Amino acid sequence: MELLLTKRFSIPDAFRIEVYRETGGYRSLQKALQMRPEEVIEEVKKANLRGRGGAGFPAGVKWSFLPKEKKMPVYLCVNADEGEPGTFKDRYIMLKDPHLLIEGIVISSYAIGASKAFIYVRGEFLDCIDTLERAVKEAHREGIIGEKVMGSSFSLDIAIHRGAGAYICGEETALIESLEGKKGRPRLKPPFPAQKGLYQCPTIVNNVETIACVPYIVERGGEWFANLGTEKNGGTKLYAVSGHVKRPGVYELPMGTALREIIYEHAGGIIDDLRLKAVIPGGSSSPVLTPDEIDVKMDFDSLARIGSMLGSGAVIVISEKACMVKTLYVLARFYAHESCGQCTPCRNGTSWMEKIIKRVEDGKGRKEDIDLLLDICDNIKGKTVCPLGDAAVMPVESFIKKFREEFEAHIAFKGCTVSYEREGVLNV
Amino acid sequence: MKISFRNDVLKEAQRIISLYPRKESSLLPLLHIAQREFGYISDEVEAYIAELLQIPPIHVREVVSFYTMFRKRPLGKYHIQVCRNISCSLLGSDGLIDYLKKQLGIDEGETTSDGLFTLSTVECLGSCGTAPVIQINDVYYENMSREKLERLLEELRRGG
Ligand SMILES: Cc1cc2nc3c(=O)[nH]c(=O)nc-3n(C[C@H](O)[C@H](O)[C@H](O)COP(=O)(O)O)c2cc1C
Ligand code: SF4
Ligand code: FES
Repeated sequence: MELLLTKRFSIPDAFRIEVYRETGGYRSLQKALQMRPEEVIEEVKKANLRGRGGAGFPAGVKWSFLPKEKKMPVYLCVNADEGEPGTFKDRYIMLKDPHLLIEGIVISSYAIGASKAFIYVRGEFLDCIDTLERAVKEAHREGIIGEKVMGSSFSLDIAIHRGAGAYICGEETALIESLEGKKGRPRLKPPFPAQKGLYQCPTIVNNVETIACVPYIVERGGEWFANLGTEKNGGTKLYAVSGHVKRPGVYELPMGTALREIIYEHAGGIIDDLRLKAVIPGGSSSPVLTPDEIDVKMDFDSLARIGSMLGSGAVIVISEKACMVKTLYVLARFYAHESCGQCTPCRNGTSWMEKIIKRVEDGKGRKEDIDLLLDICDNIKGKTVCPLGDAAVMPVESFIKKFREEFEAHIAFKGCTVSYEREGVLNV
Repeated sequence: MKISFRNDVLKEAQRIISLYPRKESSLLPLLHIAQREFGYISDEVEAYIAELLQIPPIHVREVVSFYTMFRKRPLGKYHIQVCRNISCSLLGSDGLIDYLKKQLGIDEGETTSDGLFTLSTVECLGSCGTAPVIQINDVYYENMSREKLERLLEELRRGG
């Protein structure tokens, strides 16, 4: 398969603008500027480009929700918060091919009529921020951003904004609040950001990987891109594989590649040839799968059909050596820590779940704890301002549904019966 | 004494403020600069940033306490942050945390009495493919093992 988003990853200096241009960079922008903005949006729609940040919403459709009358400035916010546990793909795009992201931003801004774009980068990614800042400077110098982009009448500025450690700021309305210099508390939707976003102006929020696809769509057409993937799921996808595999890493594959192929062919199979116990297919919030489910195609619709999600495409592989109670505890602790606290069911529910799972893990669980957990899930689901509440529920429900006997054993035998080492499988 | 940025830092701050359509938007970046310059965000720093952006000090305080990267008190020279989330946990971060606690003789959130090390645990650092990951000050150390950690502590102790 031809690599797109990762094609320059093996070129050492690809982050420099000269190398980017020598390898075909900024030609799509030139082409886009000859098109009308609506034509660019049309191609992105045809491409079936689904948002890579987690929700899988079609990018072109989102863009066409912007108000037709331009009474206020339009903003583009690129979501580089990359906080969903298991996810580490945007990091590599920013480090290895920053100009691809910039080209995508300029084209997308042109399409939606934005003259200011922000890249919201998680605060810890200082290396990404440095690389992007350097790339933005180069692009300015060469007239790719700033006044009159490539001699056209279109102008654009890009600002890189550093976050400060809060998973919730990856949620698009929290990201906007944060960009306004506030606490990252999600807003109630509607209104959606396309209507009222940053400074109450129409705003498009898209993930790094989503935006990085745009230059290829413009270059070769939406139809071509759509045909790379499966029905309604266009393009290639960056699958970030971690956990108990021999070769963890980011793999660019056609959208809809089978999970089994990703784990056993690309990531090399399970460490020490252990048996596979479970896979979280799309970042920490996506419901867990069992080994008999891994023939699923990794696209948004196929995973939804079996009750899970593609999410961010982060595949977390769990071998027989791991304890599912302990693993769930790690996730429950995370959601409790990251709840912004503005809705009672999420704030209280996530910390209760953390406490109860901890007690089960420590061998102090009570018989009724499992049902209690499911009860708390029911009280969070659909009752919160943002999807973090549901995200916290999905692992709990799916772990209990698929690995209930491990939870029961912890309670009956007052502790863990899996040969889980405190040091983990690697025995580091 | 009233705290303020040096002239060159003030220039940097002004350039950042000018990047945003509204200057309140530069609060997070300015707090990052302030933390770099002063080590942590004291009450005086909060008041200074509030004055710089002409926003209420209470607003700055709320923001500082919301975001985990801003610190209200000084830390050790080396801030060791161990990722405790799923991919790192599956590959042994608990063992690394235990090891560090023992080696440094401190618990999570504490600083050694010589002021050299502060130990924290953090959530996913977004580098799960090279788990387990730890961060010391601004730098990631990936594919960590106990041996690597041992060597690293040794180097840091020698002032490396
Ligand atoms: C709790 C939470 C955290 C999120 N974190 C991220 C993130 O780190 N990066 C990201 O791109 N999207 C994240 N999202 C999804 C965004 O809200 C939004 O859907 C996305 O940025 C839109 O871009 P896309 O359509 O290109 O995917 C998160 C959503 C939720 C509810
Ligand atoms: S669901 Fe949780 S994180 Fe989302 S707004 Fe409510 S309290 Fe905050
Ligand atoms: S889980 Fe540790 S870096 Fe993601």
